[in-house]
Formats: sequence, C-alpha cells, structure tokens
Amino acid sequence: MITSHAPVHCPADLAEALALRAAHPEAMPLAGGTDVMVFVESGTLSPPAFLNLWGLAELRGVQADGDGLRLGALCTYTELEADARVQATAPALVEAARTVGAKQIQNRGTLAGNVANASPAGDSLPVLLALDAEVEVASVRGTRRIPMDALYTGYRKLALAPDELITAICLPARHPADVQYYRKVGTRLAQAISKVMLGGRLRIEGGVVTEARVAFGSVAAFPVRARTVEAALVGRPVDAAAADLVGADIKPIDDIRSTATYRLEVARRILQGWLAAVAAEGASSSR
Amino acid sequence: MLIGQDLIRADGPAKVTGQARYVDDVRPDGCLYGFTVRSPWAHARIDGIELDPDFDWTDITVCTAADIPGENVVALMTDDQPVLADGVVRHVAEPVALVAGPDRDRALAASHHVRVAYTPLTPLMDPEVSAGNAHRIFRDDNVYSRITVEHGEAERVLAETDTVITGTYRVGLQEQLYIEPQGMMAIPRADGGVTLFGSMQCPYYIVKALKRVLGHDDLNVVQAVTGGGFGGKEEYPSIVAAHAAVLALKAGRPVKLIYRRDDDLRATTKRHPAIMHYRVAVDRATGKLQAAHVKLLFDGGAYNTLSPVVNSRAVLHALGPYACPHVKVEGLMVATNTPPNGAFRGFGAPQVMFAAERHMDRIARELGRSPLELRRLNLYQDGDVTPSGQRLVDVGATQVLELALKEAEAGLPASGVPDRAGGGGAAARVAPGRGVAIAWHGCGFTGNGEAALKGQADVAIEGDRVVIYTASTDIGQGTDTIFPAIVAEVLGISVDRVANADHDTATVPDSGPTVASRTAMVVGGVVKQAAEKLLAALQAEVGAEGAFDDLLAQRKSAAPLRVRAQYRDDLGLVWDPATYRGDAYPTYGWACVIVDVDVDLDTGEVLYRRLVSATDVGKALNPVLCTGQLEGGALQGLGYATCEEVVLDDQGGMRNNRLTNYIIPTALDAPEMVTALVEIPFSGGPFGAKGIGEIPHDVPAAAVAQAIEAACGAVLDRLPMTPERVLAALQES
Repeated sequence: MITSHAPVHCPADLAEALALRAAHPEAMPLAGGTDVMVFVESGTLSPPAFLNLWGLAELRGVQADGDGLRLGALCTYTELEADARVQATAPALVEAARTVGAKQIQNRGTLAGNVANASPAGDSLPVLLALDAEVEVASVRGTRRIPMDALYTGYRKLALAPDELITAICLPARHPADVQYYRKVGTRLAQAISKVMLGGRLRIEGGVVTEARVAFGSVAAFPVRARTVEAALVGRPVDAAAADLVGADIKPIDDIRSTATYRLEVARRILQGWLAAVAAEGASSSR
Repeated sequence: MLIGQDLIRADGPAKVTGQARYVDDVRPDGCLYGFTVRSPWAHARIDGIELDPDFDWTDITVCTAADIPGENVVALMTDDQPVLADGVVRHVAEPVALVAGPDRDRALAASHHVRVAYTPLTPLMDPEVSAGNAHRIFRDDNVYSRITVEHGEAERVLAETDTVITGTYRVGLQEQLYIEPQGMMAIPRADGGVTLFGSMQCPYYIVKALKRVLGHDDLNVVQAVTGGGFGGKEEYPSIVAAHAAVLALKAGRPVKLIYRRDDDLRATTKRHPAIMHYRVAVDRATGKLQAAHVKLLFDGGAYNTLSPVVNSRAVLHALGPYACPHVKVEGLMVATNTPPNGAFRGFGAPQVMFAAERHMDRIARELGRSPLELRRLNLYQDGDVTPSGQRLVDVGATQVLELALKEAEAGLPASGVPDRAGGGGAAARVAPGRGVAIAWHGCGFTGNGEAALKGQADVAIEGDRVVIYTASTDIGQGTDTIFPAIVAEVLGISVDRVANADHDTATVPDSGPTVASRTAMVVGGVVKQAAEKLLAALQAEVGAEGAFDDLLAQRKSAAPLRVRAQYRDDLGLVWDPATYRGDAYPTYGWACVIVDVDVDLDTGEVLYRRLVSATDVGKALNPVLCTGQLEGGALQGLGYATCEEVVLDDQGGMRNNRLTNYIIPTALDAPEMVTALVEIPFSGGPFGAKGIGEIPHDVPAAAVAQAIEAACGAVLDRLPMTPERVLAALQES
C-alpha cells in the first residue's frame, strides 16, 4: 500500500483513548508516527484503523515520580534531551536520544513509541534496561507497571494485553555511586539503524562494583541484558576482562546491516573500552 | 565580466520555493499511473502471462511484449535489450509486463494479479567465469568489450626487472542515488504523435530509442525539472519512456510511470563492479615506474547498455596520473545474469583510479618510501606520453598536489569523535590518519568523438530577449545558469535578458548527451560560437558594427533571428579507435584529494574530519557552482569509500533497496571541505573551461584507504571499506 485510507480515531482524553483501545484493539496506536508511517508506505503494515494519541494532554511532560521520573508517553526525544531533570537522572538516555534518526525525527518521535515498536535495534532500549526503567501501561481495567526487563517476550512481542496502552516510562532515582554509559555503533552518524548498542550502569561503592547492568541492542530478537557479564562484574573492582564473557550472553546474527562476527567482536570491544575507562577513572580518582 | 562570477543559479528560486515542476507534480486530465511487473528470477523461461480472472480489470491497461507497436528493443549501442522480456528473462527485476490504472494503489494492486509462469533456469552470476562460458547471455562469448592499450614492451621489461610488485583490487556496485527517482510521462497527442515528458539527462537518446519502439518518428521529448542524474538518467530513461509510451498508446490516455525508490534501486543501472590485477616493475634505486601490466575485469550485467565505453575509459585511465614507459592494459567487460550496469559519474575511472592509487601505496610500502614521495617521483609532467601515446601539455598534476598540501597545512579541525552522539565519549579509542591521492580525468568524449557527434546549439533574438536552444539538460549541475552567462558575456548584455528554451526536441537541436564532463566544456563552446554568430548575423542584417543593443535598436524586423552553431573540430586530435593509439582526450583535468580521518579502533568506523582538494578546472565559469560540483562529487566518493554497499541476494536482487539500508553519507558524516581551484586554461573550452563533473569522484576512496593505513596499519584493497572490513583488516595487521 502506498496510501492508507484507514479510519483514524482521535480521542479527546485518556479515558476515551482507553475505551477506544478496548473497543478496537486492532487499531494501530499512533504517537509520533516516525516508525508507523514508514511501515505503511513500504506496505509492511496496513492496519484497519489508527488510534491517534498525539492530542492526549495526560501523556505529555516529565513529572517527579517519588525520587525518580515519570516520562509521559508522548515525550519526544528533543524534550528529553532538553530536560534538566532527565539530564541529571539519566545522562545515558539523553545520549541515546541524541542518536535517534536525525533532528526532525527527534522532534516528532517519542520514547514510548520506541518502546512500543519493540525493534531489536531501538536506540533507547538498552539504556532503559540498564537503568531498570519501568513501563507504565493503562487500560479500562486499570494501571500497572512492567519492568523493562520483563517487557519483551519475543521478536517485536510485548507483555501487554490487547486493551493496554503505554502511558509512561518511569525511571528510578539516580544513585550517587552510579555511572552510566551509552554507545551506539550505527551505519553512519544520522538516520542510522544500529549494528550494536551498549547501555551500561555500574554502582561502585568502596572501590567495588555492587550492582551492574550491561544491556545490548541489535544482537538478539529484542534488547537483552548480559547477565553473565553482570554477575562477573559484581563484588570486585571494575575488571575490563569481564567483557570477554559477552559471548555467553549474546548470539548475534548476520543480516543486511552487519555480520554476527562483527557484532560479537564489537560488543566485546566497546564494553571492554568502557570498563577500562571506568577502571582508569576510578584508579585516578582514588589517588 | 560575467564569467567567473557567482551568478545566482537560474533554477534556484523555483526549487527553494517549491515552484519547480518535477514530472510527478504534473497530472494531465485522465492521466493513468503505471507500474512495472518485474522478474523475480535471475534467469528463467516465461511460459505464459495470464490475468487473474477474479480481479476487476475494467479500469486497468495491461501491456506485454506483444503490445509493442514497433521493435521490442532498447536502441543504444547494440540491440540486445528488449523493452519487455519476451519468452525469457535474463536478470532479476527485468520488466515483463506493464499495468496502468487510475491511481497508484490500483496500478500496484493490479500488478500483483498479473500471473507470469516461469521456469527458473540456472543463472551465470560470476564474471570471472563468464567470458567464453557455454551459458550464453551476450552473442557467442558473453564479452561486451575487450580493449588493449599498449605502449612499449611491458612484458619484456617486467620479465627483466628485479622488483615487480603485484596486487589485486576489488570494487563493488554503487548506486547513483539521484534524489528524484526515475519518472516519465507519455502523452498521446491529438495529431497522432506522442510527447514524452520526464526526468532525464539525454532527450535525444529517448528520441532514438522510441522511434524504434513506436515504429515512427512522430514524437518529441521534453525534459522536466530533474532531481539529479549522475549518469543514472543517461540511458535508463529510454526504458521508462518506452514503457510509458506503450501503455499510453494502448490506453489512449496519458500515462505516468514514477518509480518507487525500492523499484528504482532494484531495477536500474549501477556503477560496474570490477576486479583489477596490477603488476608493476619499479626501479628500487630511483623509485621510478618501469613497466606495468594491468588486467581489468568488469561485470556489465545482463545487457550491454554503455558498458564498452565504460571499459574504454577504464583502460585509458588505468595507470593514474603517473608516467611509465612500458604499459599494457587489458580491459574485459563481460555479461552476467544480474541487472545491467551503466553510466555513473566517472564512468570506469573511479574503479581503476582506486586500484592505481592503492597500487602506488603498495609499491611505496614495499620500497620503504612514503606514498607521497613515490607520487612526486612519478607524476606526469609536460611532455610525458600516456599509455595511448598522447603527448601531454599543460599538466597540472604537480600544481594541484602542492596546492592541496599547502591548504592542508592549515590547522585541522578537532576530532569529532568524543562529541559525537552515542560515540562513546572518552572511552572511545581512535587513531588519526591522513591520505593523499591524485587523479587525472579525460574531459569530454574519447578521441575524436566530438568531431563525429557534431553537437549543435541555437541562439536566437526574440524581442529584446535572447533565447538559447540546446538539448543539454540541467540536472542540478548548473547548465541553465552557465549557458546564459556565456551568451550574455559574448553579447555584452545583462544575463537576465538571456533565457534557456525548454529542452524539447521539437525545438532544440541535438547538442549531444549530457554526460562525460562535456556540457560546459564542449556544448558551452558551441553556445559561445552561436552567440558570436548571432552578433555577426545581426551586424549583417542591419549593415553596421557596434554593440549588440545598439544594433538591436537599429533592427527593422521584429521576426526572431536565430542562428545555429555546430561543434568545430580545430583541435587536430589524432585518434585510432581500432588500435587505441593517439590523443585519447582533448584535455585532462587534474585533482588532488587529501583526507584526514579518525579510525575507531574498536569498531572499524572511519570518521571524516576534513577533505582538502585542489582541482584544475581550466576556468571556473561560476566558482560557486564549480565548487559545489567538486564538493558533492567528493562526498559521493567518500560514500563509495566506506559506506555504499549494494547487498545482493542469490538471484542478484538488491536486498538493501531502501534509503534506510543503502547507506549514503548524511550532512553529519560529511567532513569540513576545503576546495581549492587551479585554472590552467584549455584552449578548446569556452574561456578556458575544462570538464569538472566527474573528476571529484575519482580518488577520495583511494585517499581514505591510505589514511586508514596511516592511522592504524589496516590495509584495504576492496571497496567499500565498511567497518566490518576495516575491523577484519585491523585484526590481521
């Protein structure tokens, strides 16, 4: 299909949106549209109807959420990049937002849309995993939160009921002993789909890693945590050699954008590089 | 003096305000939309074509080979390519049938209900086993072209010299990637003829092809505003035009065929891939080249298109801008069951110049000399003789090299790596490197091609305006700006009184195709001549001498005064196409490219910091346009270097046929550019101008390869140098 003649439902508020969602679960939710429009034009997607969320005031803006932050589902990447609270809580997420598409995409695309689209190459997803983010979903039945780590159940499959909508992404407070990291290896410097992404978070207390999150994108059917590496990091000073264990955690594939060999090797190298830099930083700051 | 001024481009205001009318912006009443049904197989027998009886065909027009009123042939160099496959397909995406409907969705839907029964046959996909293969694609040996250029006794000297350095270099396909896809509209005229209107470089190619397809010559071809070509709209639009015309004549209504990007990428021509073997004897003590034997193998795809001419330019440029007393270059262009390759900026030269420059780097490495020193020792100088036996004059090679080196001494911009979004910040490990490469590029057609072609241009007085009639199309390079400047300069009038007539073959003469860096240099010269002739004709008419406007005021007649000029062969070129001996080109452009890169040692990514170039342009008729061409060509060359890779499936179909995965550089990937111009005038060009359209694409890739090697020791002899290949080479080094 080149054009879509499908009806577009435009709810006035969240309650109406949830009612429409329950009544028309086949309607494709539409936020920034930066993925959906591409799918429609290419014929990959031809939904019978759309549910346009763009006008819902309830889904806009960044709010305090206890000590953490609640990012409304319609927050664009540009809004996240400019928000001082997001910069302070999740610098790695800001870094990831800056790599999405190009400026025009960042102005229109939403973080929740990235989560909902569930691409293995979603730019923000490894960071959300590393930050222990939670996804707030709502339906006419109520609201619940799903840990990022439990959100994806398969290739482009989410643990959402057919009547649920994503309403926010929630970030825990940043611990003072945490360091965060984001690295995207793409095909070019803008409008690039990633070949490998790394989102990382280390909590270092008394020279010892007490919590580790290492997550990769574009190396599996959905973004994944490298649990073997995480386990190897915890309980000791930062050891860059832990990167060598990454092969136990990810099994990348050959595709149109890159090769399994390259992805695995680059995943190891960029993780090793980050860990080495953190270790060096720690060594210099303890002198 | 208008020449050498940065006049505003004639097409600029309409383009930036959205007023320019591309073919898809025009829809006559009753216009239908066409779609092309293509082969899914590299090679197959067509057993039948049927229409799904359950589909509603009432508003759909369908055409197959049987509906072609004239000959089923795309007339170009040879008659091997059909307009629509008849009985057999020879490459994936080959056009098999056409449909047209009232809108795009209907046409697309209908295309899915045209049932073509195929019996797949085993294709021949490997160019290395094509020549003489029992599987016949082209004539009796699958060879489109075999050319040898020989000077001296290369074999004997190679056998007698101690130091002989060999290397093999490979380059892949590259897509032209004009921003506006292929598009054409055919409009049946009330008088029984047909008008073709669309995106193109060469209106008269389409006239030539359509005469055969239609079986009559009652047609005219009009160029629409065209969004880029780069060679991709040299020969291919003849096919789109033939399809639109066949559909329009059957439907009795205008038909528009606008390619979707995915179809355009799958179906249309690309730069020829090549495998290039170099064997060069060198004097270890002096560093001078002694003899060279070069063997080139190009994959032309399933039909001939312009492949023999690509082979010709490749063999003539194969040694780069370096003097060598004994040379043998053998170029072989063969057929495979892959989509036909064709014209693309540089036309064979970027392939061989990557190999030639990399081979110079290899020689330098083996001799323990710096790549720059080896180049300085061997660069062409005035009086040197090329492999075809042409004695060179006004050689600008050393001048462009030294100027580029001087420009490159200015402070380098800081590495962009730490600040790049998602680039890893301080944890990223990068190494800087610089590469230097030098190009020569023969301007215009080979040998006395121009004398045979006899390109024409008209200039006319129409009221108080002067109108230029040429078939030379503006495809973004600035022709419509430069020609009026030339005419206004000759006539001594304001440039806004000079206009270009529409490029409509009903009214413009055949100026030759818009290709081969020839438009400003050759047709510009014919336009200049026409303007001089017009002034003379006006003087004769009023019987006086004087300024153009004074004469115009004395003119009694209000009728248009129109004169025609034709290319004048006064260069005295001597060329023998049978032996490939003589003056291969009327003149040569010279260019040096210096690239500064950062290589990411963890990922193999190559990041561009700055590209400095110095180019001998003869005379910059409009410096801003000239610089723009050089910068755009350089960026296209960087795409060729590191990111533009056509990924094929087992049928030869392009898998990454979307802009999201055929990767060209974006503005963020582009380096800072310093573009220096050298002006060594060419006596045969208007005001000394040389062709500049292609030379900027010739050696950026070679400079990048040298820069990568300088940065991290990784040796790459294959394009594109993707991060995957760079990382693998890094692990080997």
